[in-house]
Amino acid sequence: MKARHKRFGFLLVGLAGLGLAAWLLLSALDSNLSYFFSPTEVAQNKAPRDHVYRLGGLVEGGSLQRGQELTVRFVVTDNANRVNVEYTGILPDLFQEGQGVIAQGRMGPNGIFVADEVLAKHDENYMPPEVAEALEKSHNKGVAEMQKL
Amino acid sequence: MSSRLINWFKFSSPPAFYDLAGRMVPWFTVIAVVLIGVGLYMSFFVAPTDYKQGEGYRIIFVHVPAAWMSMFIYVIMALWSGIGLVFNTRLSAMMAQALAPTGAMFTFLALWTGAFWGKPMWGAWWVWDARLTSELILLFLYIGFIALQGAIDDKRRADRAGAILALVGVVNIPIIYYSVKWWNTLHQGASVSISKGSSMGEVMLITMLIMALGFWAYSIAVALMRVRSIILERDRDTTWVSQLPEMQVR
Repeated sequence: MKARHKRFGFLLVGLAGLGLAAWLLLSALDSNLSYFFSPTEVAQNKAPRDHVYRLGGLVEGGSLQRGQELTVRFVVTDNANRVNVEYTGILPDLFQEGQGVIAQGRMGPNGIFVADEVLAKHDENYMPPEVAEALEKSHNKGVAEMQKL
Repeated sequence: MSSRLINWFKFSSPPAFYDLAGRMVPWFTVIAVVLIGVGLYMSFFVAPTDYKQGEGYRIIFVHVPAAWMSMFIYVIMALWSGIGLVFNTRLSAMMAQALAPTGAMFTFLALWTGAFWGKPMWGAWWVWDARLTSELILLFLYIGFIALQGAIDDKRRADRAGAILALVGVVNIPIIYYSVKWWNTLHQGASVSISKGSSMGEVMLITMLIMALGFWAYSIAVALMRVRSIILERDRDTTWVSQLPEMQVR
């Protein structure tokens, strides 16, 4: 065994040990590294009750209500559970019904999540508007055909 | 048995590589200028408007290739560091040293363009989610590598210390890449992946790949230029350097 084989062995063992340590660390931290809680996690009481946290999900279609001045109310859903949210302030441009959203705030006593910051979350799809239109058309057509059956 | 066509080990000697690098730099410079030129033209005038983000999404053509390069250069830097540690080759450490500033530059570019993209789309310049935080740690790793190498006068020791730092930091790369999969993040998932293909319009994807290849050629050209300077600096007292034609002009 030459010296460089030995050094290569040290290197591999070192990297393996380091990888293992990182893996243990990350699995111990697990969901604590997540940026937000989903409505289902909130329903399961995984989110802190008397603490500021972030709630993430989709803005439910048709749930947006504009109140007095800049106050808005909407429902955040993950298609399994829903949370009512109230927010006073300016919404980001991408905020829309059916779009991803992350709201930071705390749960009020009446079960309404009072947000003091709302961020829009978009997905990884990029396409020209014509393609998006065509996709939606064929989607609607598919839904209509399903309903006919 | 000497069936080897090219003796690769010849180029692990600094004088031989100095010459080879000098001949490669112009080619990669031309490739980089052409590809980035075409890529930028396509970014602004050919790629279609996005259905959701409008014109603002165009920053992706710089942001994503820069982020790719920031991770890829780090892996190559760690690879050279590992080779240097195992084989005790001087040139490997010089390559790692030459790559670090370019990697740091792309990391900064990815973070900076990301901030400019985040503000109009998400509503925030910066958030501490797993993707953004791990990419910031990558910038600190690059800066730490450069600082550690520069702080030690004995070049051999400097190389070894830097190599160990580079190798330790490599655990951060899969964390950056998979952060959007492993945890809930504000940052969206990958648009392009080997297993799932792409979720971008065709022209958009081609434009982004051209930019990525352009950045790639740029990185090679700049790293080779830099490694030539490093070789000259470290070997300045040797006869082969004093006999170089470019050293004769005074």
